[in-house]
Amino acid sequence: MSGFARHRRSKLIIANFTGFEADLLRSLAAQLVELLRNEAAAPAEHQDPFEAMLDFSGPTSEPEDPVLARLFPTAYPEDEEAASEFRRFTEGSLRDGKADAACAIIDGLEDAGLPPELTEDGLMIDVELDEPTAETWMRSFTDLRLALATRLGVEEDDGEYWLSLPDDDPRTQAHDIYDWVGYLQETLVDALTSR
Amino acid sequence: MSAASPVEVDPNVAPDEITFLATPWVTIVWNDPVNLMSYVTYVFQKYFGYDKSKAEKLMMEVHEDGKSVVSTGSREEMERDVQAMHEYGLWATMDKSE
Repeated sequence: MSGFARHRRSKLIIANFTGFEADLLRSLAAQLVELLRNEAAAPAEHQDPFEAMLDFSGPTSEPEDPVLARLFPTAYPEDEEAASEFRRFTEGSLRDGKADAACAIIDGLEDAGLPPELTEDGLMIDVELDEPTAETWMRSFTDLRLALATRLGVEEDDGEYWLSLPDDDPRTQAHDIYDWVGYLQETLVDALTSR
Repeated sequence: MSAASPVEVDPNVAPDEITFLATPWVTIVWNDPVNLMSYVTYVFQKYFGYDKSKAEKLMMEVHEDGKSVVSTGSREEMERDVQAMHEYGLWATMDKSE
C-alpha cells in the first residue's frame, strides 16, 4: 500500500487498495454516515472491545457526543446565544456535507469494484479520482481521523504511549488504523499539491 | 432622493483605525492533536487563497502558539469563514478583534 499519487499523464489522483483495506475504509465511512444521520443511534451492547473502539456511531446525545462536539465546534465560546444561533443555521448543512463526503468514499470504492460483501481473497481495488473528488476524500479523511482520535483519546505528542501498549490491546489496533488513515491523508495532500 | 451634505473629515482618525472600525471580527483556528500540518497549510491556501509562505506561517502559529487569527472582516464574513473551517474539520471560533 503506497497511498495516493498523481498519475503523470491523466493527472488523476490514484491509489491501489487491497480488498481488506478498501473494506475497512468503507466501514469507517459508513459508521461516520450513520453517526451524522442518526442522532438517536443507540449504543450497541454486544461488541468485542476492538469493534467498540472503531464504533463511533455509538451513543449520540448531540452535542454531548464528543465526536459530534469536535466535528461541530462552538463558534462563539463566549456568547451562548450567538453560538446556538450559529449552530442552528450551520450544523444541518455541515452534517449533510460531511455525510455526503463520506458517501463519496463509499461510492468511489464500490464503483472501483469493491463488492457489497468482501469474500474474495487477493482482490485489488484501484481508484482514480478527479481533483474535486480527491478533495472530498481528503476532507472526509479528516472527519474519520477526528472521530477515531476522539474515541481513542489521542493527545498532542502521545506517540510513545501508543507504542507502549501491548500488540493485542484493542486500542493498539484502532490506533494503527488511525495512523493508516493519517498516512492516506498525507499522501493525498501531497498528490493534490503536486502538479 | 438625497444629496450629500458637506462633511468634515476628522483629522485625528488614522486610516488604519477606520479599517479597524469596519472590520471588528476575526476567525481563530485552534491547535488540535489530529490535523496534519500539511493539510492545515493546504486548507489555508485553498480556502483563503493565501500563498504558501503565509499559509505555512499561520499553520506554524496554530501549531506552536495554540491558535492563530487566520482572517479578519465583518461578522457575516467571519461566520462564513468559521463554517468553512468546520467543513474542513479545523477547530475554528470567532471573536471581536481586540
